Amino acid sequence: MEFWRLYRRNRSAVFGMVILLIVFFLAGSAALFFPDDPFSLAGKPMSAPGENGFSLGSDTLGRDVAAGIAHGARTSLMIGGLATAVAVLLGVMLGGLAGYFGGWIDDVLMRVTEIFQTIPSFIFAILIVAIIKPSINSIIIAIAVVSWPAVARLVRGEFISLRNREFVQACHIVGMGNVRIMLREILPNCLSPIIVAGSLMVATAILIESGLSFLGLGDPNIISWGFQIGAGRTVLRSAWWVCTFPGIAILLTVLAINLVGEGLNDALNPRLRDHT
Amino acid sequence: MSLAATRVRYVLKRLIQSIPVVIAILVINFFLLHMAEGDAADVLAGEAGSATPEYMEQLREKFGLDKPLPVQLAVYLKNVLSFDLGYSFRHGMPVIDLVMDRFVPTLLLMVSTIVIAVGLGIILGLIAASGLNTWRDNLISVFALITYATPLFWIGLMMIVMFSLKLGWFPTSGMENVAAFYEGWDRVKDIAHHLVMPTVTLSLFYLALYTRLMRASMLEQAGMDYVITARAKGLTERRIVFVHILRNALLPVVTMAGVQVGALIGGSVIVESVFAWPGLGMLAYEALFARDLNLLLGIFLLCALLVVAINLVVDVIYSFLDPRIEVG
Repeated sequence: MEFWRLYRRNRSAVFGMVILLIVFFLAGSAALFFPDDPFSLAGKPMSAPGENGFSLGSDTLGRDVAAGIAHGARTSLMIGGLATAVAVLLGVMLGGLAGYFGGWIDDVLMRVTEIFQTIPSFIFAILIVAIIKPSINSIIIAIAVVSWPAVARLVRGEFISLRNREFVQACHIVGMGNVRIMLREILPNCLSPIIVAGSLMVATAILIESGLSFLGLGDPNIISWGFQIGAGRTVLRSAWWVCTFPGIAILLTVLAINLVGEGLNDALNPRLRDHT
Repeated sequence: MSLAATRVRYVLKRLIQSIPVVIAILVINFFLLHMAEGDAADVLAGEAGSATPEYMEQLREKFGLDKPLPVQLAVYLKNVLSFDLGYSFRHGMPVIDLVMDRFVPTLLLMVSTIVIAVGLGIILGLIAASGLNTWRDNLISVFALITYATPLFWIGLMMIVMFSLKLGWFPTSGMENVAAFYEGWDRVKDIAHHLVMPTVTLSLFYLALYTRLMRASMLEQAGMDYVITARAKGLTERRIVFVHILRNALLPVVTMAGVQVGALIGGSVIVESVFAWPGLGMLAYEALFARDLNLLLGIFLLCALLVVAINLVVDVIYSFLDPRIEVG
């Protein structure tokens, strides 16, 4: 397959893909290998890795760090994916409208985008979650609200460069409606940059989520890597493993997604391939 | 028109352009305040322990909470313009006083971070670009890739484990050793000693960013026509890189430094709460725990305004650095 042949040329992207598949496997099999609630007390508190049957140790309350990491993988991937989906949807809608129609619609929408880009995003996300009350939904909304402007700018640029092409003019002549031209004709032609930007946004979303739950703004009913690290920081001196392993999980996952994003960029944007 | 007058006009134009942004930020802030459950009267009644419905009505009337929304918005705008950001009931102090108290430590952290991240980023990017695809370039790229993917709070905690608990080189938290009552030069040294780990942690992410940017910028400039001209003149490679390419390659890095200030403030919330650095970020963390929304919104507002101001300053500096920029 052409896509795979191009993707494979970037060796680190293949490496990223392998790590990402492992994380997906971990998330999918979490309930199989660790059937108990990751919040449940599984044994002696503060056991070092390898002790008392804990492969990666246990925390202050005797929760299994490994179980938390496996279940946390689901949380990270889910929130990263959903928040990105919402942000991309918003960004495509607003950026597409601004780029397609131009004029005052473009002016207004771009002004709004600029304002959202000026506001310090992480503090804005903290505020949104704190005000709506911490839950999966509020975290997804907060991450989407601070992430859409980048997509909107990208999509606007693509729409502007495509809207006066001949194939679009032909659509106007045969009497196609604006909505149909935007969705069926222009949008499919700018999918590759959106996919690349979206894949990199998943990585950022996972980092924001981990930061929020580290500060105690995670969903209290769902385990996440950031929460594990936040809970373990008080015992940093005596139980280093509680903070260390979830952090490595975040690092590897985000790294893998970034590498995959670069690989997608190489495979989907042949124009840029031999650029750097 | 003289050059000086053009500059002044440009600065004024940028100032006027930032007014709608500031108003929009204020309006967003106002609506966030309104979305929060409970109003000032609820909070006051809660602090007092109990309140009759009549007393609540009285309080609402006093704060203007019974007025229609646009009127409340106008009152809010008027208050903010006269530096009244409301009252923090947890701290028993006006928000503006609290925020101003914590402003200097955050500024100290941010300035030292920007200096280190931009300075080192430029040097690393230069090294990577001048030895393209050698082991140095690859090593720097891998370093940038990894720091780009690591959560700041985790780096901070790992640094505490390594350099404070294991090696004992740096203090784990705080801005100074209050119990030592240092004065003058000793106090400066003490604060600098406390500043090292928070600064290194916060700068790592941006260091990766500027390194990548600088590398790309150097490579882009290296392919320009003026470089070929310089080479044809018989200039040494050294002179071409340091005098010709470097100057032009620096410009996008300067712009990026301004754009990233908003993100830097977000990062400082995390870093300050890890190292208990007594700045705005730490205050935000405390406000979060105390559910002190008034205070949180005040911090948010100040940070947003700070970003607008810094972007303005960077733009103006930039127009001085690069005469090609349209100033008309």
